Amino acid sequence: MIAFVIRRLLGMLLVMFALSVLVFLIFYSTPGVDPASRIAGRNADPETLKQVRHDFGLDRPLAVQYVILMKKLFITRDLTSFVNRGAKVVPQIVDAAPVTLSLVFGAVILWVVLAIAMGLAAAMMRGTFVDPLLMIIGLIGISMPVFWLGEVVNLITQSRLHDEFFSWLPPLGYTPLTEDPEQWFLHLLFPWITLSVLYIGFYGRVLRSSLIDSQSEDFVRTARSKGLTERRVLGRHILRTSMITFVSLFGLDFAALVAGGALLTEVVFGLPGVGKLTYDSLENLDLPIIMATTMYASFFIVMANAVVDILYGFLDPRVRVA
Amino acid sequence: MSEVAAIGDVGQQSARVVGRSPWALAGRRLLRNRSALIALAGFIVIVVACCAAGWYADSVAHTNPFVSTVDGTTLIDGKQQPVMVESSGGLGLGVTPIGPTWDIHHYFLGADSQGRDVAARMLYGGRNSLIIGTVSALLCCFFATLIALIAGFFGGIVDQILSRVLDLIWAFPVFLLAISVSTVALTSDIPIGPITLSAGSIWLPIIIISVIYVPYVARPIRGQVLSVREKEFVEASIGLGASNLRLIFSEVLPNVVTTVIVFFPLMIATNMLIESALSFLGIGVQPPDASWGTIISDGQGLLYTRPWVAIAPGIAIATTVLCLNVLGDGVRDALDPRARLRVGRR
Repeated sequence: MIAFVIRRLLGMLLVMFALSVLVFLIFYSTPGVDPASRIAGRNADPETLKQVRHDFGLDRPLAVQYVILMKKLFITRDLTSFVNRGAKVVPQIVDAAPVTLSLVFGAVILWVVLAIAMGLAAAMMRGTFVDPLLMIIGLIGISMPVFWLGEVVNLITQSRLHDEFFSWLPPLGYTPLTEDPEQWFLHLLFPWITLSVLYIGFYGRVLRSSLIDSQSEDFVRTARSKGLTERRVLGRHILRTSMITFVSLFGLDFAALVAGGALLTEVVFGLPGVGKLTYDSLENLDLPIIMATTMYASFFIVMANAVVDILYGFLDPRVRVA
Repeated sequence: MSEVAAIGDVGQQSARVVGRSPWALAGRRLLRNRSALIALAGFIVIVVACCAAGWYADSVAHTNPFVSTVDGTTLIDGKQQPVMVESSGGLGLGVTPIGPTWDIHHYFLGADSQGRDVAARMLYGGRNSLIIGTVSALLCCFFATLIALIAGFFGGIVDQILSRVLDLIWAFPVFLLAISVSTVALTSDIPIGPITLSAGSIWLPIIIISVIYVPYVARPIRGQVLSVREKEFVEASIGLGASNLRLIFSEVLPNVVTTVIVFFPLMIATNMLIESALSFLGIGVQPPDASWGTIISDGQGLLYTRPWVAIAPGIAIATTVLCLNVLGDGVRDALDPRARLRVGRR
């Protein structure tokens, strides 16, 4: 087990290194224009350009430039934004992270509960009209662009039916949990629903098909022939094996959502999370912020994947070999 | 059932019954799947409508949806009315574009903030969305198959390297990667050999989207290649002295190509969703060109006053993607009733 963990962690470091080099190359050596003018932003004066060149070591070899950037990002954490007149980048990301985490955690709870309910209901009512109905609803959920769904939700809750039904809803924005839990909840309620629709549809469908597949397994027949109630067979035997696919997909999707996947929802609902921060920096081409969020986010995904694999190794010893 | 009957008949009436290829059998299964056929019909209707964009703009609506017509007029109930209406509510400042007239000759879905016909823009935009979705799905499936064949067939160090590269691409956060590449491309054109990739080109979203999903398609195909190349018929072909190229393309490829075909409609659907998101963020299709994503983004500012500008293209995306997903499920059931595949997402 220890050998497996060490091997997985070493692999993780290797992937992180390769990713950081890739991100570095995208920003520093895409042919076309001098990286200094990219970092300094639109219409920078020669003075700023000179300072950027000096700060980022742009007159030195690429390897040195890479080391300087990594040091600014992860060790001294003093990467500054030039468009935003010297604002430090890393603290901005640290401030935005709790918003993204609040959004993703709430959506995750909704989606896990509702997807399991939907998958179970569809599998249990197979052969009736309920099953295909739930599945087509799930497919519609998968097919809608999330930002559009968010706008429609805004249109209904903030404008068209606001006075009749949703007058208790605060205007778009965010209140930290520590400041006012009730306002926090109200601000995030519809973003949670919007973000989770896609995943409820997707996971509900996946769970249904794996529930139906394991209906014909030998251990299910054994459980039935022991005289267990149908409820017990479904809950204790079938659902447990079906959750394996569910859980392994879940780890990856959760990481991807925290690391930028929730960007569209944040933008539509005006939540000042990491995704919104990146989007705003895109508007005024503030490259240091984009470099930093991309780097932090991809590292987060790689680390989350490693954690999922290691947990999997604990649960299923067969994974450890190979 | 009739397939089995057809095969059983061969012994008695071999002169009359023609053997059916697996493709013909799959085609028959698809034709018997009613929901897949409805989805296919829906998709064809959408494609035809979008192809008729130019004709609609010229001959039906008589507008040019790429030129701003803020002081234009249009006919409503037999009366000439300005396209941009003086706003009556609020402080009385500014103008609001006219809403949907539900008259296909005059601003069917109303006008956007520049007085352009939304219905005509939707058709033009749909063309771009469909082109980007299809071309990027083609590129993605092509490169994924190529990489999977090479990695799975040669194995060893080649496989190791290619698989790690795929892992690397897959670990990238999609939108952040797209934003990174686009910011770099938006500040300057990127010369790639003889071609220059300029900021406004629709090749930029096409390439970004197709690269992002290569690992998603390549991984399962690589797994299949690994198992197919151990089969006896491949060994037999090696015994006959077949070259590697022949082995890959005439022995292995025909056995994995069904998986690629199953992926194709699902990838178009996924890619169209990603395209709309990129265009919505302003890093996909660039103005004055349109796509369904850019029109939703245009409509954002008018959301509470003229919601149809944003709602209509969203319905178009959702319908198209739904049709493709249902069709993709049908194709999968037809080609391999037992195969299970994840529906595209994100």
